[in-house]
Amino acid sequence: MNATPAGALPASIDKTLDLLADADYLADRSLATVLFLALRMGRPLFLEGEAGVGKTEIAKVLAATLGRRLIRLQCYEGLDVASAVYEWNYAAQMIAIRLAEAEGTGDRERVSEDVFSDRFLIKRPLLQALEPDTSGAPVLLIDEIDRADEAFEAFLLEVLADFQVTVPELGTVKAENPPIVVITSNRTREVHDALKRRCLYHWVGYPSAERELSIVHAKVPGIADRLSREVVHFVQALRKEDLFKAPGVAETLDWASALSELDVVALDPATVSDTLGVLLKYQDDIARLEGTKAKEMLDQVRAELRAAE
Amino acid sequence: MADHQTEAKGNAGRLAENIVYFARALRAAGIPVGPGAVLDALAAVRAAGVGTREDFYWTLHAVFVKRHEHSALFDQAFRIFFRRRAYIERLMAMMMPQAPVPAAAPAKIVSQRVQEALFSGLSEKARREQPEIEVDARLTMSDREVLQTKDFAQMSAAEILAAKSAIARLVLPLDEVRTRRLAPMNRGHVIDMRRTLRSSLKAGGKLIDLKYLGRRTRMPPLVALLDISGSMSEYSRLFLHFLHAVTDARKRVASFLFGTRLTNVTRALKARDPDDALAACSAAVADWSGGTRIASSLHAFNKRWARRVLAQGAIVLLITDGLERDPDKSLAFEMDRLHRSCRRLVWLNPLLRFDAFEPRAKGVRTMLPYVDEFRPIHNLESMAELCRALSAAGGRAGSLRRWLDAA
Repeated sequence: MNATPAGALPASIDKTLDLLADADYLADRSLATVLFLALRMGRPLFLEGEAGVGKTEIAKVLAATLGRRLIRLQCYEGLDVASAVYEWNYAAQMIAIRLAEAEGTGDRERVSEDVFSDRFLIKRPLLQALEPDTSGAPVLLIDEIDRADEAFEAFLLEVLADFQVTVPELGTVKAENPPIVVITSNRTREVHDALKRRCLYHWVGYPSAERELSIVHAKVPGIADRLSREVVHFVQALRKEDLFKAPGVAETLDWASALSELDVVALDPATVSDTLGVLLKYQDDIARLEGTKAKEMLDQVRAELRAAE
Repeated sequence: MADHQTEAKGNAGRLAENIVYFARALRAAGIPVGPGAVLDALAAVRAAGVGTREDFYWTLHAVFVKRHEHSALFDQAFRIFFRRRAYIERLMAMMMPQAPVPAAAPAKIVSQRVQEALFSGLSEKARREQPEIEVDARLTMSDREVLQTKDFAQMSAAEILAAKSAIARLVLPLDEVRTRRLAPMNRGHVIDMRRTLRSSLKAGGKLIDLKYLGRRTRMPPLVALLDISGSMSEYSRLFLHFLHAVTDARKRVASFLFGTRLTNVTRALKARDPDDALAACSAAVADWSGGTRIASSLHAFNKRWARRVLAQGAIVLLITDGLERDPDKSLAFEMDRLHRSCRRLVWLNPLLRFDAFEPRAKGVRTMLPYVDEFRPIHNLESMAELCRALSAAGGRAGSLRRWLDAA
């Protein structure tokens, strides 16, 4: 099989899977399909899912494997055009106006034209993403869009539909090569349908035990075989419990590397309860596993693993 | 037959046709699929160069599904639609009324919505049989829940009119919170360099007239949890009208109904016409006028919805009489969690209409310590009162003390 040449987009769903696997991102086929389509059709990819399932990571991996520039826009409440798209360099503009005055060439029309030119424009992530790049169109990551307010969402519509922004003083800036857009959301509120309609949607779920095990092996290289299997199956069992916040893949990896650092070779109830804070982030959830509960779960996991052997 | 090219072309045409039919079925099943999405689907199928069934599945999924909740509906629709070749033909036969319908019963029971959407073209008799099976299946689920879907048409005309006009006359809450978003303001706290520079350029750059930005205010989201159990049945219909009026006037309102289970009716209440909205609600709810399980309903809300609807300083209206069948520690726990995750928790209790009401019931006493406000809601006057209280931050929170002392 020919490997995908650097910088070029993958030619099939299988190639997309390989591409992600090269960067140690082990995706399932549904994710590879939607990603391939997004790249092929030039549509933004909208990823929703619980925290810590690797949504943001996809954009990073894409940028790294395709050799593109990664431009990240972290959303927050109150995010506005001045910090997301562009801002004028007011200090420099003031100086330019003063200089024009001092020189006596105070033609008002000309001064205002000079002052609102490309030279005084500070480009923020969205505008940067529309600019041509030598290594190909960049990857634009709009992270945690649910944190921004609705007003910002409405603004994004123009950017995502036509890959252009309008700066009143300059005119419309349109991307020659549309960037690869990845939008993530933790679903702390519903994102408007109008925005989702322009994207390909995918819900990133928790991986299966088998895939999670491969992820652990890929990301925590030195880990003992037995420990990794116990860790993964314990976490999988935890997700079935009635927890307020189930641990994500990120937590599994944190836990695996923490235990690996502690030179643990196999799980025991004491270690589990000592390190539970790495996995669970709510006191109520931790309290549920106190006492004999952790031991029971561990015994069950062991029994299952033994049966599988 | 011999001409392979024509055959291939014909197949491509059929695929397009199938996708169009499939989109139509999805739409009828409740997944909003526009004509644009159909074109996208065709482009996507062509781009992906569909090989396996799985790839085909996820390709259509990528284009048609825009919400996680729709995944299950899509899955079922896909399984029925593309199960067998014969099935596709059967389905197309149904779409075209003049063709004879081959008789075959679906082997598996799937969601009623999907089933109805796919078989809406079936003959009258077959259609009548379908719901009967469904009703039987429902009755076996639980004998404690009264699983009947109450028809809002039964509401007397006079009743509707009186409620509608009175509720329309209500001045709806105008509670505002300050956001981090800035807007031009005369007495703001941040200098707006952009406008300042523009206006000084107008004056030739000699004068610098400072312009300001201030924090914009916005109505916080409102979340209503409405008890529709038997003991509340006299009120719940009117409250639904109230919620509809509020949903109409405010941008972000999420409404939930609970009896023995929790149902999200936010979308249903968005219909412009109150009758349509209430009919949609009534269709969505299965446990109308049954028992109450406040603790488990609150648990479901806290776990599944709280993080999705309580962001950005939401106010929660909890409308219930608090008559929990067997209140225990979990009720206090869930109330505490709810209270900690929202900005203000207002409990509206129709039982407060009795002057001699005392918080004797154990459920009421368990819940009281966790609410910010406790108010009556049993007639239009108290609804108006509520609106006034929501407008002024804090309201008359002092009234809570009286109940807490009594408890």
